[in-house]
Amino acid sequence: MPVSVAHSRLIYDALKACDVRVISALPETWLVHLIRLAEEDPAVTLVRLAKEEEGIGISAGAHLAGVNSALLMQNHGFLAAINPIVSLALLYKIPLLMLISYRGHFGEKDPWQTQGGLATEPILRALNIPIWHLNKPDEVAQRIKDAQTLAHASLHPVAVLLERELMWED
Amino acid sequence: MLRADALQTIYPDIEDRIVVTIMGAVAAELYMLGHKEHFFYLEHAMGLASSMGLGIALSLPERKVVVLDGDGSLLMNLGTLSTMARYKPGNLLHIVFDNESLLSVGGFPTATSTGTDLAGIARASGVPNVAEVRTLEQLRASVHQALAGETLTTIIAKVEAVGPKTFHMDLGLLENRFQFARSLEAMKQQKN
Repeated sequence: MPVSVAHSRLIYDALKACDVRVISALPETWLVHLIRLAEEDPAVTLVRLAKEEEGIGISAGAHLAGVNSALLMQNHGFLAAINPIVSLALLYKIPLLMLISYRGHFGEKDPWQTQGGLATEPILRALNIPIWHLNKPDEVAQRIKDAQTLAHASLHPVAVLLERELMWED
Repeated sequence: MLRADALQTIYPDIEDRIVVTIMGAVAAELYMLGHKEHFFYLEHAMGLASSMGLGIALSLPERKVVVLDGDGSLLMNLGTLSTMARYKPGNLLHIVFDNESLLSVGGFPTATSTGTDLAGIARASGVPNVAEVRTLEQLRASVHQALAGETLTTIIAKVEAVGPKTFHMDLGLLENRFQFARSLEAMKQQKN
């Protein structure tokens, strides 16, 4: 599977440097190594979800309990979580560090991913959620830290889009 | 059993615990019994009170967390039962007031009125301790047992579809949110 192990490790190390203790996730191809790293890490609680909207509640609970969390989701998972993002995270000023695998965009071969790919950024912008396109390995650590810093300062969700050139090797 | 009576019955057992409630009648009735800084009323995002409770329970394993849920809310997020059961935090007590109705929005019947069995779904999802209660005495006993033990528990409390005259709470959403977070922070400091 040509998902980059080395870059997944870079992203995971960046989350650890941000003192992330709770990670919620639903498996998707680009996220498999990240999820395995979380699973093997005794210092992190990995919460495997049935649906992404639960992850917004879990991160809200963790934040109010003073624990840093991150959400690993495909962009279609982000789309599945819109109402909780609006009526929990935005309503109650809850910071969310969302790492979203950006499927269905330039280079996508799977037709079924493409509508979600086209909708992702317009919807993030409509929700006033800041976006960072993560595609350069040497930026990973700093940008994930920056994303968390902004989320905590603004008490607002932020989206780090994990892009094809970072996640995929073919 | 009236939910207001049920809440009054268990209030002494939960007043010192971290509590997360759903919106509407449950929130208003608990608030009227006496607000505490460690009570959080999730006034929207239907279905996610249990997910928030799970996030808190996993983050503060040495504190008991009580979620006050409802049939309409739980039916919107049934996957939460499988996620809770997967991690089985022994410090989480999930109480579901099942009045077979979306009472706060006009009283339309939910699927529990036509036979959907939330206790059965919770059991089949793998929640290790599940009780269905119909009287105040049964509820009190189940809550005592759950709070004394270390086993993830879901209690389905069958109640009548009767709510308070007003849902008004003199507490801003963000006021509640920041107060609650400070209260949990203070609990962590006490522990250390």
